[in-house]
Amino acid sequence: MSKNSSYWSANLRLVGLCLVIWFVVSYLFGIILVEPLNTIKIGGYKLGFWFAQQGSIYTFIALIFFYAKRMGKLDREHNVHEDDD
Amino acid sequence: MTLQTTTYLIVGFTFSIYIGIAIWARASTTKDFYVAGGHVNPIANGMATAADWMSAASFISMAGLIAFMGYGGSVFLMGWTGGYVLLAMLLAPYLRKFGKFTVPEFIGERYYSKAARIVAVICLIVASVTYVIGQMKGIGVAFSRFLEVDYDVGLMIGMGIVFIYAVMGGMKGITYTQIAQYCVLILAYTIPAIFISLNLTGNPIPQLGLGSTMVGTDVFLLDRLDLVLRDLGFLEYTTNVRLSTTNMFMYTLSLMIGTAGLPHVIIRFFTVPKVKDARSSAGWALVFIAILYTTAPSVAAMARLNLIETVNKPDGTQLIYAERPTWIMKWEETGLLAFDDKNGDGEIVYSADAETNEMTKVDRDIMVLANPEIAGLPNWVIALVAAGGLAAALSTAAGLLLAISSAISHDLLKGVFKPDVTEQQELMASRVAMAGAIMLAGYLGFNPPDFAAGTVALAFGLAASSIFPALMMGIFYKRMNKEGAIAGMIAGLGVTLLYVFQHKGIMFIASTSYMGDMPQNWFLGIEPNAFGAIGAMFNFAVAFAVAKMTAPPPQEIVELVEHIRVPSGANEPISH
Repeated sequence: MSKNSSYWSANLRLVGLCLVIWFVVSYLFGIILVEPLNTIKIGGYKLGFWFAQQGSIYTFIALIFFYAKRMGKLDREHNVHEDDD
Repeated sequence: MTLQTTTYLIVGFTFSIYIGIAIWARASTTKDFYVAGGHVNPIANGMATAADWMSAASFISMAGLIAFMGYGGSVFLMGWTGGYVLLAMLLAPYLRKFGKFTVPEFIGERYYSKAARIVAVICLIVASVTYVIGQMKGIGVAFSRFLEVDYDVGLMIGMGIVFIYAVMGGMKGITYTQIAQYCVLILAYTIPAIFISLNLTGNPIPQLGLGSTMVGTDVFLLDRLDLVLRDLGFLEYTTNVRLSTTNMFMYTLSLMIGTAGLPHVIIRFFTVPKVKDARSSAGWALVFIAILYTTAPSVAAMARLNLIETVNKPDGTQLIYAERPTWIMKWEETGLLAFDDKNGDGEIVYSADAETNEMTKVDRDIMVLANPEIAGLPNWVIALVAAGGLAAALSTAAGLLLAISSAISHDLLKGVFKPDVTEQQELMASRVAMAGAIMLAGYLGFNPPDFAAGTVALAFGLAASSIFPALMMGIFYKRMNKEGAIAGMIAGLGVTLLYVFQHKGIMFIASTSYMGDMPQNWFLGIEPNAFGAIGAMFNFAVAFAVAKMTAPPPQEIVELVEHIRVPSGANEPISH
């Protein structure tokens, strides 16, 4: 039991971290702070606009693979991984 | 070869692939039918999920919406992708570990209640049926425009194709067909985008082209678009906020939560062999989705610029109506594009001022479909776009129909009314339910209710306010009991429906709207389509309050939750 509860709290910390980044790139950079960020330009893109229409999506992909990899590691560390892998 | 012959050839070729797959991937067990046997490779499943997910709305409508909304259209881009982060981290691995066939089945077992299962079935059917209407309309429109057959005939052909592979193959047939459909739709979307990006900016990658300078100048494409729009009296493209920051925030949140709560997407993660595959498969799904979703903003901005510069030419002259290009004439015939030479000078002026604007109607849905013609691309590209639009609509319709039919045959028939049904009988029942669902969807396609356009947003509102919170609390909050979950689902659903109906009319009949579609009556200025997130908050709040006041769930439920929280000991999805 205690073994699984430390696995679960490690999982929750990881999910929490990922969701903070998820929130920052979309809601914070793409919506709330879009005006100040738009004063910065990358090529023809205003930065806030870029986060809203491109950057947030790339970050989401990276986040899911990061999460999947870290969870795979956690599964093994806590010996709760699936049988034949 | 004429455009029409090419279109027939390309569409006919893709359809014969789908039927070939249907014959090869017949379902012989209920497990094949519901979850493709649970043996789909995570990358292949990601591709199938992407096709399942990207509907006629994503393929045909989204870039058109963004073209006219500019920055405000970002709500769709972030909302329809960010939901996969929630799905990968909060739902998919746990539901895969649970190892059953349907979403209502999880809710029924986790909340030890047939009533909860039935509430979930109702939410699922309402959300999926409203969603499927839009797909049917998309199929009819694509056929009638590109194959120049009647809308009704087009719809019938589309239904026939889905019928063959969905009834025969169930999830197995649908999954492999969706992989083929993904390939068709992504080629159809990106090839014209590459050509157009190359034409305008010299950069073949549309995602980079959007941030580049126009060919032969040092003016950035987005700056030029902003400037042109400002001159015509429109809002700037890159800063045009959708109503308000609060509204954009809530709209995005509603679409994200709704995406994660849509049953036809969730069940796709029941088809992979392992829990860890469910996690990575969500990532692959998003990769395949992102190829289209990061291309869409480029298509949107470039199509808008191309459209404006076809009418108000960069050299300062106007389009002479009598010399308009053929694609304009064709779209005029459909009534989706209309001009009115108000001052009778034979020239067309496009402007934000309704008094002088002579391009009186541009349906947003034509932007993607007309794009290759506007850019003067060869016939085979135009034909491919037709095949791609059909692939997007067919793949999503099939996924939705499977979610509906499995809810009927597995959750209602086997789960509630006749638990002793045999495997063969259930398989038969699921095929009959599938056939029935196709008939219903077809009927609604032939007689599209007036509210067809608003329905996809409603489906997201329902999924966000009812299904997602119930699933998430079922996994992350052991203390949640059946009273709390049922009260929460009903509260979330009720608040969302009430808000949408009071502003849009009951079942979208405008005359029954008792508060009117008036922005000043909107709660915090949030438009009805963006209300799912508020519904979800109601769901969470009511569920917590009711759960605190009622008895905790039984011990075996607590053990069930502990069991699904760890990957080890996962079997394949079991029939029981």
